[in-house]
Amino acid sequence: MPKWLRLPPPVAFLLLAITLILLPFLTGATLGNSWVRVLDFVLLYVMLALGLNIVVGYAGLLDLGYVAFYAIGAYLYAWLASPHFGLHLPFWAILPLGALLAGFFGVLLGAPTLRLRGDYLAIVTLGFGEIIRIFMNNLNAPFNLTNGPQGINLIDPVALGPLIFKGNHHLFGFKLTAPYLYYYLFLAFTLATIVIAMRLQNSRIGRAWAALREDEVAAAAMGVNTRNVKLLAFAMGATFGGLAGGLFASFQGFISPESFNLWESILILCMIVLGGMGHIPGVILGAVMLTVLPEALRYLGDWQRAALGHVVVDPNDLRMLIFGLALVLMMIYRPAGLIPSRQRRREFAAEDGVAEQEQADLYDAKV
Amino acid sequence: MADLLEVTGVTKQFGGLAALEAVTLSVGKGEIYGLIGPNGAGKTTLFNCMTGLYSVTAGRILLDGAPVHNRKPHEIVRRGFARTFQNIRLFANMTALENVMVGGHIRSRAGILGAILRNPRTRAEEAQLRRKASELMEFVGLRGKGRTLAGHLAYGDQRRLEIARALATEPKLLALDEPVAGMNPAERRQMSDLFRRLRDSGITLLLIEHDVKLVMGLCDRVAVLDYGRKIAEGGPESVQQDRAVIEAYLGVDEGTG
Repeated sequence: MPKWLRLPPPVAFLLLAITLILLPFLTGATLGNSWVRVLDFVLLYVMLALGLNIVVGYAGLLDLGYVAFYAIGAYLYAWLASPHFGLHLPFWAILPLGALLAGFFGVLLGAPTLRLRGDYLAIVTLGFGEIIRIFMNNLNAPFNLTNGPQGINLIDPVALGPLIFKGNHHLFGFKLTAPYLYYYLFLAFTLATIVIAMRLQNSRIGRAWAALREDEVAAAAMGVNTRNVKLLAFAMGATFGGLAGGLFASFQGFISPESFNLWESILILCMIVLGGMGHIPGVILGAVMLTVLPEALRYLGDWQRAALGHVVVDPNDLRMLIFGLALVLMMIYRPAGLIPSRQRRREFAAEDGVAEQEQADLYDAKV
Repeated sequence: MADLLEVTGVTKQFGGLAALEAVTLSVGKGEIYGLIGPNGAGKTTLFNCMTGLYSVTAGRILLDGAPVHNRKPHEIVRRGFARTFQNIRLFANMTALENVMVGGHIRSRAGILGAILRNPRTRAEEAQLRRKASELMEFVGLRGKGRTLAGHLAYGDQRRLEIARALATEPKLLALDEPVAGMNPAERRQMSDLFRRLRDSGITLLLIEHDVKLVMGLCDRVAVLDYGRKIAEGGPESVQQDRAVIEAYLGVDEGTG
């Protein structure tokens, strides 16, 4: 950053706070209200990406089934706050339960995969993600738990005392619709997630995760209980996934297994890899870009009409093509991510490229 | 006085191949004990068995009277047995200081909640870990290099850092796997000094080394392994005169044998 752009921290902080507070209004006024919903999704994905980053970025465990925890949090919310079972618990009671349940499932996934790493771990976690989705798809008989592919509808919106996140509200002459209210709720959760992710990284447990990522054998030989530390990473990551899932269910008002497919897991992983694995600002930027870009590309049809007078290629086809191309280009030109951490940049810059040590040879004991 | 480390009849088989066959040795408190032998004799395998990276096929290993064979590595570290690696295994993308602080993991307690809340106890523990890690860095001669990434340190410094990291686990017994390999004579002398200082501070040392001169000058007792068997044990001089040892190193002369 050029020197004249550097602001004293309190000023920068204040500017950032004002921007974040005004953002939905600026967006709504310039791009339209549909973009406020996009902002909400941006925040949800930042939370998800930061959660997965604990597993993948901090501890180095490649998890392709992360969306399962998102699904678990979402379904728990739907069960406890919708006409499906006739239960209507308040959101502040459900969210922690969803986070806990997802964390428990994180341990459940972690336990059988302790001895796997790299590609093998990825395959097993991928299977786990699919199992959860298929369960949700089929658990409508004999007992209707998930309502199958139809999903669960009419999920209660978040209610803060008398303030129900639905319809129109007026505050100081501003009209606030649900996406605006959810924006601030999600913003609070996202900020908390960022603080927690930062503190975890820079702690005794965070160092143990990093040691595990760098060299599992050495970590074990230096007294790190690799089993517990791995399970802790899975559980922490899953907890954030479950939390985001609950928020997603209340925000959408409707969930179905379709929302939790493999593509979602891969998308979240892409956010981390693109932004800069293990590095919080990078992960946030990755999540923002990969949520905003596909939405922005919806305008391709309008642009074609403006430039050529008619739509040549269906924007929906073109959208994913360009999205894919953008991913490829970013990986070619910024292989360590958009904002890589100091360490990772060096790791990629190293000419000998000895980032990975062969370590499987030294491991026949049960660690 | 019971010995600090007692290895009794330890056998390790990889499939049909016996890498160690009924190895028995014991290391007394405060000793510098050398383990030598030709390449492939099983020295590192024995280290791996002792530190829990390998399970043993038969036999037992007692540390301070308590069995440690077939235990998990971190349990053995907790009992006071730390090691370094022959092919340096630092956490290359962490800073030198962080590497040493990982060594302090087993002697500290803060969990997830402490990390998130940063309560005074966690902060105090963290400060203590950091202070101890810098002291250890200074002790091994790495003062001022705490912020360097471990992978960017010079080769000799990486070996020192591995020792500092192992010391952070507060061991009674420190096992060093070829700690001076690839060092020049001046560096080797410095390392010998370091080993003596460690011994004087009350830590028992177990040393795998190829440099016979260094082993003979430093060790109180030496065991020689060959093809997974212990072929000699004793003071440095007597081992040097041992016929089996000479044969193992120089080979048997078929013509006169």
